[in-house]
Amino acid sequence: MAPKLALRGVVVQRGGRDVLTVDALSVDGGEVLAVIGPNGAGKSTLLQVAALLLRPQRGEVRFDGAAVGADTLGLRRRLALAMQAPHLVQGSVLDNAALGLALRGVPARQRRERARAWLRRFGVEALAARAANRLSGGEAQRVSLARAFAVEPELLLLDEPFSGLDEATRGQLLDDLAGALQETGVTTVFVTHDRAEALRLADRVAVLIGGRLRQAGSAAAVFGAPVDEEVAAFVGVETIVAGRVVEVRDGLATIAVGGQRLTALAPPHAGENVRVCIRPEDVVIQLPKAEAPASSARNLLLGTVTEVRPRGPEARVVIDCGFALVATVTRLSVEEMGLAPGARVAASIKATALHLLPGH
Amino acid sequence: MGLIWDGLREAVELLSRGDRALYSTAARSLYVSGVATLVSLALGVLAGAFLAFQRFRGRALALAFVNTGMGLPPVVVGLVVAIMLWRSGPLGDLHLIYTVWAMVLAQAVLTFPIVTGFTAAALAAQPPELRLQLLGLGASRWQALWLLLKEARLPLLAAVMAAFGAAVSEVGASMMVGGNIAGETRVLTTAVVLETSRGEFAPAIALSIILLLLVFAVNLVLTGVQLRGR
Repeated sequence: MAPKLALRGVVVQRGGRDVLTVDALSVDGGEVLAVIGPNGAGKSTLLQVAALLLRPQRGEVRFDGAAVGADTLGLRRRLALAMQAPHLVQGSVLDNAALGLALRGVPARQRRERARAWLRRFGVEALAARAANRLSGGEAQRVSLARAFAVEPELLLLDEPFSGLDEATRGQLLDDLAGALQETGVTTVFVTHDRAEALRLADRVAVLIGGRLRQAGSAAAVFGAPVDEEVAAFVGVETIVAGRVVEVRDGLATIAVGGQRLTALAPPHAGENVRVCIRPEDVVIQLPKAEAPASSARNLLLGTVTEVRPRGPEARVVIDCGFALVATVTRLSVEEMGLAPGARVAASIKATALHLLPGH
Repeated sequence: MGLIWDGLREAVELLSRGDRALYSTAARSLYVSGVATLVSLALGVLAGAFLAFQRFRGRALALAFVNTGMGLPPVVVGLVVAIMLWRSGPLGDLHLIYTVWAMVLAQAVLTFPIVTGFTAAALAAQPPELRLQLLGLGASRWQALWLLLKEARLPLLAAVMAAFGAAVSEVGASMMVGGNIAGETRVLTTAVVLETSRGEFAPAIALSIILLLLVFAVNLVLTGVQLRGR
């Protein structure tokens, strides 16, 4: 079956400059694709192309297997967009939730029923009669999502719908959205700069950096095996160090890094120079004087703590073990183990947690 | 001082007596300027939307023309419309010169740039993403325009007030293309000019009071609509 939406060789230019380049990207029916990337990466531009609101200068956009032509109204009525700002129009909350249906000529009674059902689904039915300009940011965003879901689109496009909200509001709305996506099974493209949101909602993740689609794949593939250093840094790999493969045996590679030897799964591309990527949550810290625990971790590195910085319930710990290794541990562990700059520690990392990129 | 006082007293008398000629002149003013405002509203909103959303070569020049047009001298408009409608002019066969329709045309030309300029500014002041959001919900271009105009209704009502005010208060164009014919093309402003030139200050004052009341009443209604729509 053809994908619901497919982009091929798409280039969008503004002022003679390429602002978006997507060689190939597709979204299958029923799939939730998260497009992640830093601010200004071209995510909203990509979403406008997907919403058929922006015609790329080059390349092809296919909807349900058919190339999208100049007249997009018929296709646009099969999708729905919810943007970063809710952009409600004058009138009641119910009018707004029913707007997409009204634009499609759905009879008044029917559209009110459907709009009301979706307002209920997003917990704002009680506000139905209220003027739309008398809502809080979180309420307005809920109405905006209800409005998009109410048209029962074949393709739902969400542009950072949570970015303007406070933490508590965001968490709850995220839960509600996850539930609605699961319940409807609607094909969705979801743009965000927040990796946690992407992990929570998406079946697949596409990474956009500097206007170019860098990688698309399962969340595990993108977060565990980023294709380049910029993607790695964006998806939360904090340690990226240059190393040299000194031996490959039984599918395992021994890599010399800053005076240490690390064991990793041998990369398919057998270059001699590599860059080793380590996610901070994959590093386990223990005290060196303790008996080394019976552990399957292949890498045990001795080093000195150089920095401890609290971050919520966790702390980011930097260890100098011939290279700077970043680990995250709970603040409870920091206290119990007495982790502070100067403390001697041992860090263990499983061979499977190391990701190798080709070296320069 | 006596001149003003006598004039005012006589004016109140004329008004309270319900002078037929006086009130039919007022009704004609309301009719001519009202129709002219509606015509320029219909065309000016479309032109304003075009200027606000379409990117084309010469757009800046077009906007500059419109902004200049917002201060168009009525006598210049009167001259151009008179030449067009003159018996030997390009539209002479329509036999419109010295009719109320010639006056409607002149006032519509006069107020068209006002409505166009206000509309373009009001639409451009909306967040650009709002239009994308509406299109992204399945709006056709016309549906999106209608919704955006509804969002911009407050500045658009200001445009209507400004256009009506300009139309009902101009005198030069109406005089030139209407001819100030009693009972046919005489409106409040041309009547004031005539009475004043004759030294008949009392009717001139009475007519002026009616003119002011008329403008005030129309603006009161429109302001009420504007406040309710907030």
